[in-house]
Amino acid sequence: MKKILVYFVVLMAIPFALKAQQEPFHKFAPLPYAYDALEPYIDKMTMEIHYDKHHRAYYNNFMAAVKGTELEKTPMLSIFATISTQPAAIRNNAGGYWNHEMFWNCMKPNGGGAPTGKLGEAITSTFGSFDNFKKQFAEAGVKRFGSGWVWLVVGKDGKLFISSTANQDNPLMNIAEQPGTPVFCLDVWEHAYYLKYQNKRGDYINAWWNAVNWDFAQKLYAEALEKK
Amino acid sequence: MDYQFPSLPYAFNALEPHIDAQTMEIHYTKHHKTYFDKFVAAIKETESNGKSLEEIFANVSKLPMAVRNHGGGLYNHTMFWESMSPNGGGVPAGKLSDAINAMYGSFEDFKTKFNDAAANRFGSGWAWLSVKADNSLCVCSSANQDNPLMDTSDCPATPILGLDVWEHAYYLKFQNRRPEYISAFWNVVNWEVIEARYNSIVK
Repeated sequence: MKKILVYFVVLMAIPFALKAQQEPFHKFAPLPYAYDALEPYIDKMTMEIHYDKHHRAYYNNFMAAVKGTELEKTPMLSIFATISTQPAAIRNNAGGYWNHEMFWNCMKPNGGGAPTGKLGEAITSTFGSFDNFKKQFAEAGVKRFGSGWVWLVVGKDGKLFISSTANQDNPLMNIAEQPGTPVFCLDVWEHAYYLKYQNKRGDYINAWWNAVNWDFAQKLYAEALEKK
Repeated sequence: MDYQFPSLPYAFNALEPHIDAQTMEIHYTKHHKTYFDKFVAAIKETESNGKSLEEIFANVSKLPMAVRNHGGGLYNHTMFWESMSPNGGGVPAGKLSDAINAMYGSFEDFKTKFNDAAANRFGSGWAWLSVKADNSLCVCSSANQDNPLMDTSDCPATPILGLDVWEHAYYLKFQNRRPEYISAFWNVVNWEVIEARYNSIVK
């Protein structure tokens, strides 16, 4: 009887074991809100194409590039830490996959406002005021020539700084000119804003402040400081 | 010399349905014009003010980034407009056709190589068909507003055909589908102009 019970338990566990095997280590996370949730600042069509086409293509290309290698089960942060040893297809698509997931979380419906708590204090003490920070961050976004990203980063010394990167690079990559732990980001590829704002990147950035999710940035900031 | 903002050689809607009127209008009156304005402002601050763009590119590694970016944007777009025509498309003829067949096997094989260069350029940039110093043809791509005339280029040559693959060149009509834009482009390529450029280089 006992034996039968063991067989039964083993049999029952098979589907779960198979599922765990099929589930990839690197997952394509759902968008944390509806495509139209950030209207009127970020339009529905842009969100849909950005998530379902661009982000998904980065993910699929990343998965294809790492297939059969140990990177299939390597955490993204470890991949970024040795990215200089990887081919461009991994650098570009790993960045595109990771950066966009962070970007979706840096926005939310009914977002905007100013950060409070420790992050709010750190921004004020580093940049003089929240408005000064916004100005510098927006300027970095407008000045990034071609495709890229703007970041608010915690450096090795625990201090905040603003940086921008080309294409799908990010501050976690060991090729970054200004390495650190990003806590907040903005996509300034033309695909992020062209359908609604066309050449007016500055208008996109102005509107974007109304959709930002400071709670998420706070959480990342606290985690980054804990690691110090 | 005074730098001039060139006129567009056709109406905004002249390349429909392959390149849409709204894209052409914004591309020319906003993007191209901004490159022109910013180049003029940047070059004034240097001793190269008044030199031709070709001379400036030959020395661009020693000039400010604004000159490289906006000078490239000015030159590349001017060349791009001239490379297209409402009566474009088809295949090249004459010496250029012979050179393409000799180098790539066939026009179709050349197109495949050029399409790959354009599709695989990650981020913003251009795909080029150029003539090297030994008069042979080459296909390559460059980032942002760089071009093969710049002394920073890893494929130095004289470009005769350029394709803009910045997202602003196609996003309103094609969104993420860059390969569809590249396919459409072949319907408006002005081969007469490309041939004339080629002939003037290899003569």
